[in-house]
Amino acid sequence: MTDQTVHTDVVVTDTPRAPARRWRLRGVTGFVVRRLLLGLLTLFVASVAIFAATQALPGDPARARLGKDATPASLAALREQLGLDRPALVQYFDWFTGLLHGDLGISLISGQPILDDVRDRATNSLALVLVAALASIPLSIVLGSYAALHRDRSFDTGSGLVLLALAAMPEFVVGLALVALFATTVLQVLPAVSIIPPGTSPFADPTLLVLPTITLVLAVAPYVARIMRASMVEVLESEYVEMARLKGLPERLVVRRHALPNAIGPTFQVIALNLAYLAGGVIVVESVFGYPGIGVALRDAVLNRDFTTVQAIAMLIALVYVVTNLVADIATILVTPRLRTGLQ
Amino acid sequence: MSNEAVESATVSTVAGTVAHLGTPRGGLLRSALRMWRTRIGLLCAGVVILVAIVGPLIAPHDPSEFVAAPYAPRGDGLLFGADHLGQDVLSRFLHGGRSILILSVLSTVLGVGGGVLVGLVSAYARNALDDVLMRSMDVVLAFPQLMLALVAMATVGPKGWLIVLTVGLTTLPRVARVIRGAAVPVVERDFVGASETLAEPRLRILAVDVLPNVTGPLVVETTLRLTYAVGLVASLAFLGFAANPNAADWGLMIQENASALTVQPWGTLLPVIAIAVLTVGTGLIGDGLARASSGIDRGRADG
Repeated sequence: MTDQTVHTDVVVTDTPRAPARRWRLRGVTGFVVRRLLLGLLTLFVASVAIFAATQALPGDPARARLGKDATPASLAALREQLGLDRPALVQYFDWFTGLLHGDLGISLISGQPILDDVRDRATNSLALVLVAALASIPLSIVLGSYAALHRDRSFDTGSGLVLLALAAMPEFVVGLALVALFATTVLQVLPAVSIIPPGTSPFADPTLLVLPTITLVLAVAPYVARIMRASMVEVLESEYVEMARLKGLPERLVVRRHALPNAIGPTFQVIALNLAYLAGGVIVVESVFGYPGIGVALRDAVLNRDFTTVQAIAMLIALVYVVTNLVADIATILVTPRLRTGLQ
Repeated sequence: MSNEAVESATVSTVAGTVAHLGTPRGGLLRSALRMWRTRIGLLCAGVVILVAIVGPLIAPHDPSEFVAAPYAPRGDGLLFGADHLGQDVLSRFLHGGRSILILSVLSTVLGVGGGVLVGLVSAYARNALDDVLMRSMDVVLAFPQLMLALVAMATVGPKGWLIVLTVGLTTLPRVARVIRGAAVPVVERDFVGASETLAEPRLRILAVDVLPNVTGPLVVETTLRLTYAVGLVASLAFLGFAANPNAADWGLMIQENASALTVQPWGTLLPVIAIAVLTVGTGLIGDGLARASSGIDRGRADG
C-alpha cells in the first residue's frame, strides 16, 4: 500500500534521518502507550457503570427472577444465595477480579458458568463479523473510489443516494427486506433463518451466513464508501496528483500509485469504527435471522432478566469495541504520514 | 447506523458552515428546499408522519379487536389480512406509528437539547470543565448505543420514559461533540468579546451570541439524530422492548409477524416499508440541509 514517493510532500526533509526515525518511534510508542491506558481506563469505567446500573436502578435481580408474588423469605434466601446481601463494593470487587481471571460468573437463569453458555455464541458472532468485514471493506473502497473518479456522473449520484438510504434505514428493516426478497415472498433461494446447531461450525453450511452477512455489509459499507469517496475527491484535486498527470503518467497508474494510497488513510479510522460498530450491530441482525450469536444471547438475557449474563456480555462487547477502536487509532497514525510526523 | 462515522463526515461540514456567519436562518432551509432530494425527503417523511397521526382516526377496526383467524390472508373486507392473533393488520398498522414517532421525537429533543447545552458550555469554557465534559462524553461514545439501551432495559424493563432517557442520553454526547466543534471558532469572535465587556450574563452570551451562529450544524445534526432515534426506538421494539407489549407498534408488529412472512407478508411488510420510507425521508432531508449548509457539494457534506 505505502509507496514512499507519494508521501514526499509531507515528510520533513531537512532533519537528519537517523534521529528523526528514533523520535518518530518514541512518538508513536508514546501514543500507543497513552491510548492503551485510556482504553483500560474506559473499560474500568464501563465495568463500574455496568455494575452500578444493576445496583442503582430500581430493578432487583432477585425480585426480577422470582416475580411480583415472591415472599420476603424466598427473596431473602435467593439474595443470600446470589451474594446480593453483601455490600455493593464487595460484590463489585468479586465480580471485577473474576473478570480479570476470565471468570464471567454464573448465569442467574441456567445456573451454569456464563463462559460455557457464551463461548460457542461468541465464535459464531466472530465468524459473522469477520466475513462481513472481509466483504465490506474492499467493496466500499472500490465503490467510493469509483464514485470519486466519476464525480457528479450518474453512477456517483445514484450510488450516493442508495448509500444514503441504506445508512438511514435500521438494520432489521434491511434484513427483513432481504428475507422477503430472497427467502420468502419474492424468491425462495436462501434460508430465511440461520439456525446453527450447537457444536457445529458456522461455516458448515455457508448458505446460512449469506443473508446475515449481506445485511451487515449493507449496514457498514455506506459509511466507509462515503468517506472513501470524499477522501479520494480531495486527493484527486491535490498538487501531487496533478503533477503525476502532468508528467504524463497513465491515469490508471496515477490512481493506483498516487491517489489510492493517500486516500485510504482517512478511511482507516472509519473502517475500524464500523468494525467496532459491528460488535453492537450484530444484536439486531442476529435477531432477524435467529442466528445463535452473542447478540441474541444479550437480547435473551435482557428479556429473561439474567443480570449476570447481561453484565458479562456487555463487558465482552465493550472489550471488543474498545480494542477495535484502539487498533483503529494506532493503524490510522501508522498509515497517515501527516499524523505520524505530527507526533514528534 | 454507525454514528461515529457520520460524525466525522458532519464535523467536516462545520467549517464551511461557520463561514456563512451572516446567513439568515431562513436561507439554509430555502436553499435546502431548492434541492429535489430535500423535497422528496419531505414528501416521504410527511406521508409516514401523516399516516401515523391520522391513521388511528381512519382505522376500520380497533387495533386489538379479533376480526379473523390468525394470519388470515387478504380479502373478506380485510385489505391486508389478519396478524398472528387474528387482529386487522391495516388497523394495527394505522395505529402503530404514533408511539415510534412520539418516543423518537422526545429522545431527539432530549439528546439534542442536552447536547447543545454541553457543547456550548464546553466550547465557551475551554478549561478544566471543557476537559471533564468532553472526556465523559467520550466514555459514553465508547459503547454501542443499542447495547447501552439494552443494559438499561435489563434493569427496569421496557418503560416509555426509560426508552426516551437511554436513547436521548446516548445521543447527547454525539450532538455535544458536533456543537462544540462548531461553537469553538464562534466563541473567539469579537462580538462575543464585546458582550463580555458589557458584562452580559454567560448564559445570555451563549444563547444570544453563540447559538444563532451554529444553527446550520444544529439543524443538520437534529435531522440526523432523529433518523437514528427512529431506528433505535424501532429496533428496541423489534427486539421485544416496547413500552406496551400489547399495543399496536410498528417495531412490535414486525417482531410478531416476521416468522409468518411466507403465509401473511403484510403484517411485516407494511411496518417495514413505513419505517424504511420514514428514515430514508429524514435521511434525505438531512442530506439536503447538510449540502445547503456546507454550500459545496463534495460528498462529505452527506449527513
